[in-house]
Amino acid sequence: MLASLAIVIGSLILIVSVIVLNGASSLSLEMLTQTSEGSFYLGSGGGFLNAIVGSLLLALPATAFAFIISVCIAMYLQKEFIPSRFSSFIRICLDIMWGIPSIVYGVFALTIMIALGLHGGSVLFGIFALTLLEIPIITRSVDESIKVVPHGLKESAYSLGSTRFETSLHVVRRQAMPGIVAGILLGFGRGIGDAASILLTVGDSNYFPTSVLDQTAALPTIILNLAGMPEKTVQNKAYAVAFVLLLIVLSISILTRYFTKKSSKYIIK
Amino acid sequence: MSKSAIQIETRGLNVSFHNSPVLKDINIEIPAKQLTAIIGPSGCGKTTLLKSFNRLLEIQEDVKISGEIIVDGKDIMTSGLNVPDIRKKMGLISQKPYPLPMSIFENVAYGLRIHHGKNPKKVEEGVHHCLQEVGLWNEVKDRLHDPASRLSVGQQQRLCLARAIAVKPEVILCDEPTSALDPIAAQQIERLLLKLKKDFTVILVTHTLRQAKRVADYVIFLYFGMVVEHGLADQVFNDPKSPEMKAYLSGEIS
Repeated sequence: MLASLAIVIGSLILIVSVIVLNGASSLSLEMLTQTSEGSFYLGSGGGFLNAIVGSLLLALPATAFAFIISVCIAMYLQKEFIPSRFSSFIRICLDIMWGIPSIVYGVFALTIMIALGLHGGSVLFGIFALTLLEIPIITRSVDESIKVVPHGLKESAYSLGSTRFETSLHVVRRQAMPGIVAGILLGFGRGIGDAASILLTVGDSNYFPTSVLDQTAALPTIILNLAGMPEKTVQNKAYAVAFVLLLIVLSISILTRYFTKKSSKYIIK
Repeated sequence: MSKSAIQIETRGLNVSFHNSPVLKDINIEIPAKQLTAIIGPSGCGKTTLLKSFNRLLEIQEDVKISGEIIVDGKDIMTSGLNVPDIRKKMGLISQKPYPLPMSIFENVAYGLRIHHGKNPKKVEEGVHHCLQEVGLWNEVKDRLHDPASRLSVGQQQRLCLARAIAVKPEVILCDEPTSALDPIAAQQIERLLLKLKKDFTVILVTHTLRQAKRVADYVIFLYFGMVVEHGLADQVFNDPKSPEMKAYLSGEIS
């Protein structure tokens, strides 16, 4: 037991401290407030504000789309709507989707992009790839939280004369809220941190994207580019970016805890 | 029993779960504005019978129901009927109270809003009236917006009753409503049911014979999915006809 605890906590501390030690020292205010300059990857000045903005512009809409689709799927998976042999089949499909490596989603989005005659990457197809990536994560999380809503609670709602829609919207949704919130933030966390799915679809840019068809930089992809450079100072920039990404993910995790707690106030046990 | 006073009638009602029969050929009449107790040993189909009256069995899988259930002269099993409208006529109080995951106020307001309009003033009056009716108003008037889950179990059960009558049903279906409660809370519920039968038809599933004896006007005795005996409470309790009912009354089977 102690060994497993040591492995888990030890590797967490190791990863975080390497990133913080290397990242925090090379991070400067300039890097957070300026966009990249021409040869950012070669060690010249400028910052990566464009990548922070780019990442948010990819992950936020993707999470919103994935959430809307996921909640609909998850509500529909319940036994009031379809027989369980169908829903368990759909659940297996979702689990397989969850297991698909994100690069495959990237290649898939790229294939569609090329078929449409678009080249060089765009925010739009990055969002598309991330949405696909997040759907199984959010759906399964929301689904699990809806599945455990007590049968008696649903019966209560139905016997008040609510329709299936009213029951899902007003009663089941409230009871499942902590799981739904957790699902959204889990999906967002995965979306903002994933490099492979956007590697082939968003391209790169030194500026803020101004339309959905523009290319953009994103945090995971610039980490990849920076870390692959031979110069030590440039590699350290990768740590700085990783540090920022880590902070974003950490704040999401804190937000999750806060909102889960807040939304469980009315839960019936 | 005069014909106009029948609230629910079943004709040849059969229910099976996963192909095993739970209720077999049930033919009963339930009088309006009276308290009917459904009694019988555990697992004999009491709850199933109760939940067939508002078509609540259908939300489970693999249920087969056949026969007629006539409410207000109409067979509610006819296909194409709007099921929420059928359920609206019958409030349900379950064994373990399940308040909705909302505030105390919203629990009662929910049914009012979905069926009787959203006018805030009317909703507020309705909530007040229903909570008064179940004797909960004075206990909760200062914390109407607290989560309903913070109430005691007995209070939650009365809240469920208030929530049910807010919809203005004709029938109140009670599935062993006192079995999870302490004796004082249980007595409160019993008294409420006796009070409510003036305005509603009350159907009470109970496995305590003493409770049935205290409150019932009319009794239905189920045994292994069949109605063995039914009739006025006095008659069933004092002059049982069937050997099963006699055995149940004497405590040989429970």
